Amino acid sequence: MVNKHFVLLSNEDNVFVCCKQLLKGSSVSLEDVDVTMTADITVGHKIARRKISKGEKIIKYGVSIGSAIEDISFGEHIHMHNMKSDYIASHTRQSKAGVKS
Amino acid sequence: MKGYLRADGRKGIRNVVLVTYLVECAHHVARAIVNRYARNNVQLIGFPGCYPNEYSLKIMERLCTHPNVAGVLIVSLGCEGFNREQLAKTIEESGRSVDTLVIQKTGGTRKTIDAGLVSVNDLLVEAEKVDLVPMDINELVVGTICGGSDGTSGISANPAVGHCFDQLIANDATCIFEETGELIGCEQIMAERAITPELGAEIMKSVEKAEVYYTKMGYGSFAPGNAEGGLTTQEEKSMGAYAKSGSSKIHGLIKPGDLTSQGGLYLMDVVPDGEPQFGFPNIVDNAEIVEMIASGSHIILFTTGRGSVVGSAISPVIKVCANPETYDNLSDDMDINAGKIINGEASVSQVGDEIYQLVCDVAQGKQSKSEELGHQEFVLTYKRFEDIGPSCLPTVR
Repeated sequence: MVNKHFVLLSNEDNVFVCCKQLLKGSSVSLEDVDVTMTADITVGHKIARRKISKGEKIIKYGVSIGSAIEDISFGEHIHMHNMKSDYIASHTRQSKAGVKS
Repeated sequence: MKGYLRADGRKGIRNVVLVTYLVECAHHVARAIVNRYARNNVQLIGFPGCYPNEYSLKIMERLCTHPNVAGVLIVSLGCEGFNREQLAKTIEESGRSVDTLVIQKTGGTRKTIDAGLVSVNDLLVEAEKVDLVPMDINELVVGTICGGSDGTSGISANPAVGHCFDQLIANDATCIFEETGELIGCEQIMAERAITPELGAEIMKSVEKAEVYYTKMGYGSFAPGNAEGGLTTQEEKSMGAYAKSGSSKIHGLIKPGDLTSQGGLYLMDVVPDGEPQFGFPNIVDNAEIVEMIASGSHIILFTTGRGSVVGSAISPVIKVCANPETYDNLSDDMDINAGKIINGEASVSQVGDEIYQLVCDVAQGKQSKSEELGHQEFVLTYKRFEDIGPSCLPTVR
């Protein structure tokens, strides 16, 4: 547990996982650095542990779970809008996203 | 622990009479028979298609001779392709009671329902005669599946089931995990856990096959709810799903309906062989549950983050809820609250111990939540498999 809102699953990770919801605009201290949430973050979702560049691997559980498709700033929500699978496309009810290039 | 001793020597934890229809055209008659019984040990299963299929015959044979099953009533329309004679012969040879009713020969709907009630009454009388004998934990087969996964599944419920699996395997029980399509990205680490390098190579091949198959289907094993729950990619979901397998060595790679002869951890390859022929590998969670039951599972551990409510025919399903908010919302359907881990109120091993205890209790007759609620979902569709290779079930330990 980093604090009551986020957990770090592995030391190599560049994401934190939310274990208690946090609303947009609220601030939280992550490893001694204050950051303001730019979106509502609900349980199970990920935020960036540090700045991540486009093309860089997203690391969770100590392994790659895909790649950033744009630059991601510290504390930013990481999801289908800024990362993609390196294997196979994911889809939502409305559309397909993260198509392998 | 006690189990129902079958004539073939296998032991069950439930004493079920099955009514199975062999084509959709016989579904209504079979259901009407089952609905007359206000008891949960008369259960309905069936196969919808008219064309014959080796896989569905094999799965149906395994289900009808499952250790939890005492006897079977087969309901056939008469003209469908399903080999009812072979199914009846297999059930009879296992020492179980079996009766076949062919609607076209029996005189239609009403007469077949009436005849079916007489048959089921006889099957229930026979079931009552089955001996309860001592049963050890090492005779238990437990399968696991995740459904409605979210970002909490991989850090609470799934590792807790993994901890339970490690304990079961330490006691020489048999554990099955599955869905190679949900293990895409984990093939290398899984291969390293195989008891032989040749088995490791087979595991690599099975996941590569899954990736090719799912790519051709146009979808990974990834539902919109997974994304709403915080999961972004197939490999992220896979890493979470993988945690259900615990940390034991992998003893074999089996396909649906294959039986194992010794305890340990087994991976089930559920993705069909060859070019895609009949569509998605598994259209829904219950299709995978049926396949693990066909391979002998007495109990299924079902982890869920978004909140699945299903159970199954034949074997009890235990629901392990990963997400504390979902648990609060759907607690009537959930057996175990692994959301405590997310809230920091319990450790993975504490919840794993709780699951292990519940497995023992359910094996001794305690009803799981889905059983209490009457859930007996069942799905069986067309597939095609080749037999497993010689390296898939090494005999060394």
